[in-house]
Amino acid sequence: MLVITSSDLLKDFPKGYWKRKLEEKISKRNRISGLYNKEEIEKLGDAEYRWRSEVYEPWIKEKPERKSKFETASGIELKPIYTPYDIKHIDYLEDLNFPGCYPYTRGVYPSMYRGRLWTIREFSGFGTPEDTNKRLKFLLEHGETGLSIAFDMPTLYGYDSDSPRAFGEVGKMGVSVSSLQDMEALFKDIPLDQVTTSMTINAPAIVLLALYIAVAEKQGVPIHRLSGTIQNDILKEYIAQKEWAFPPEAHLRIIRDMMEFCSKNMPKWNYISISGYHIREAGANAIQELAFTLMDGFTYVELGMSAGLDPNEFATRLSFFFNSTMDFFEEIAKFRAARRIWATVLKERYGVKNPRALLLRFHTQTSGASLTWQQPLNNIVRTAIEALAAVLGGTQSLHTNSYDEALCLPTEEAVVVAVRTQQIIAHETNVASVIDPLAGSYYVEWLTDKLEEEAYRYFDKIEELGGMVEAIKKGYPQKEIIENAYRQAMKVENKEDIIVGVNEYIAKDERIVNVFKTNPEVEKKQRERIQKLKQSRDNKKVKEALEEVRRAFEDPSINLMYPILKAVKAYATLQEIMDIGREVYGTWKEPSIL
Amino acid sequence: MERGRNLQYFREVINKLPKRIKVLVAKPGLDAHDRGVHVLMRYFRDVGFEVVYSGILATVDEIVQTAIDEDVDVIALSSMNGAHMVHFPAVIEKLREKGANDIIVVGGGIIPDEDKPKLEAIGVTGNYGPGTPLETIVSHILDRLLREKFKIDSKV
Repeated sequence: MLVITSSDLLKDFPKGYWKRKLEEKISKRNRISGLYNKEEIEKLGDAEYRWRSEVYEPWIKEKPERKSKFETASGIELKPIYTPYDIKHIDYLEDLNFPGCYPYTRGVYPSMYRGRLWTIREFSGFGTPEDTNKRLKFLLEHGETGLSIAFDMPTLYGYDSDSPRAFGEVGKMGVSVSSLQDMEALFKDIPLDQVTTSMTINAPAIVLLALYIAVAEKQGVPIHRLSGTIQNDILKEYIAQKEWAFPPEAHLRIIRDMMEFCSKNMPKWNYISISGYHIREAGANAIQELAFTLMDGFTYVELGMSAGLDPNEFATRLSFFFNSTMDFFEEIAKFRAARRIWATVLKERYGVKNPRALLLRFHTQTSGASLTWQQPLNNIVRTAIEALAAVLGGTQSLHTNSYDEALCLPTEEAVVVAVRTQQIIAHETNVASVIDPLAGSYYVEWLTDKLEEEAYRYFDKIEELGGMVEAIKKGYPQKEIIENAYRQAMKVENKEDIIVGVNEYIAKDERIVNVFKTNPEVEKKQRERIQKLKQSRDNKKVKEALEEVRRAFEDPSINLMYPILKAVKAYATLQEIMDIGREVYGTWKEPSIL
Repeated sequence: MERGRNLQYFREVINKLPKRIKVLVAKPGLDAHDRGVHVLMRYFRDVGFEVVYSGILATVDEIVQTAIDEDVDVIALSSMNGAHMVHFPAVIEKLREKGANDIIVVGGGIIPDEDKPKLEAIGVTGNYGPGTPLETIVSHILDRLLREKFKIDSKV
């Protein structure tokens, strides 16, 4: 078994940066920004104190408030009101500045949605590649502007549809792709130079990217014109989504190879989508989503730099993927804080000078975990609010969930409502006309700043544990997330938090909405197809190609992308390639987080 | 199920049982959606059950073997990826084959209403969806334990 250690991949970066930033943030709070007159701001502070003791306190004594304590969903305690006094330390040009200007708090592009609206990108995939091909075309016809592919569980884990491990799971939660033959069917009649494609795949990402390149080649589309995103964020798999194949360091080695390959050959391809979405869905709060996701991002930056790549170039190809859930203002503050932290750290810690490499561009998906199977039409409202938060937070693309997703994969009717929700926000609400319209809200600015501080607190803690890879191996972020999920569940259980239709306003007779069904024949069909393929392909060529793949798995100085590309073109299957990796690196058992 | 049963209430009921109840929480198949089971396991622990976890990606054989080795009273199966009609019956079958069909099996996850009677017919009960109150789940398990294991004809 070949063991790769993190010191093989990650050079030492100076310690203590996070602690310094945290201290800086805390001490900065005592200053008064040049925007304010010191005397006037102190007068305001005194006035607020008087308002509290003379107006507010007597009022609530007579009319008690609904709760003894108000807080954000991540537990940040909230005052009844915010004033300029709370943000007196924030310097406009230094902390906010203009859209398209460092530190990009107000948005990554100068004109934001006045130029181009965000991309409507609905995640979809089920059944056979032909089924999904049909759905993709349906979405394109309804105004979707980018594709986003969901793969089934066997594909996500790197198993073929005829594997015993795939039994009962083929085509269930996404589309089944085991070979180039499936990939060709998936993108049939969709010209890959005219769409941008996002592929949500992690452990076997290198194989799926190779398959995509191979399909493009067959369509006559040159590799450098391909535009899209592959998720390829393995760190959050260990933290949250838990779809891995090998130990962490082995996967990081593969990601490094992909970074090298894509930097050279795919200038328009985002080869890691650093994802907070799954971290949040697994039970994290906004602070944890922000902190763990960005720390994963910094780890990939260090991975690339350790491999000798220039962050001024490769960081332009890193993109992000966040969740948007129900605490409206906290979500907006989170997106703004994320942009500011990313730009600041890349500039200060990693010496990035290229402005394009400082931009935190992100996709957002509304929260699946916030949907309820009870009274499912309410989910349309939830999704609309979450989508609005993402837009006010400056997202570059957006997936809105369908209202029936707590029950099943979405029906076509429900998907259309989800797409229409985005179109209504885009065209009817007028929110896209002014950039970052919530900036300057005392509350939103204060909260943005607060989330930033809390994120630095986590960065410092993770450095103390030896960095993100070591923290993951100790189960630290996993435990933090689960503890938060349990706290949240108990709040619902005890009705401290109200979820409409779940623990309050419960309907007597629940009507089950139209439920989407995947075809049970899919598994049989896919199994037969791959078995036929294994007989009809040139097996000698496959064997030779796989031997080359093995050599590259065994020798980390060979870039894996090239032999894998060759193997998939010879119709070697996903599992044939991944099994070699499993033989060379072994698998992974997660640390106990009970 | 009536609401208002809280952690403290369950703790007292469970304390009075003649033996410590051991629950195996298991996720069969390729299903990593483990937030729910982790929340549930913490609740089980807090009401006084002893909890064993299969980890994700457990095979049916591994689940049944663990249940037997650990001598558990209950298996709580979770499936969030639509493969429950494959894996849940397979667990029941295997338990029968191993002569361990005295173990109570309950299920949960994304389970369409129409599948519920089929699962109940083979002995997998509960089959609650996301957002089900934790007390409902524990009450259900306790009801089955009292009736089937301790032959007590009363409800929690």
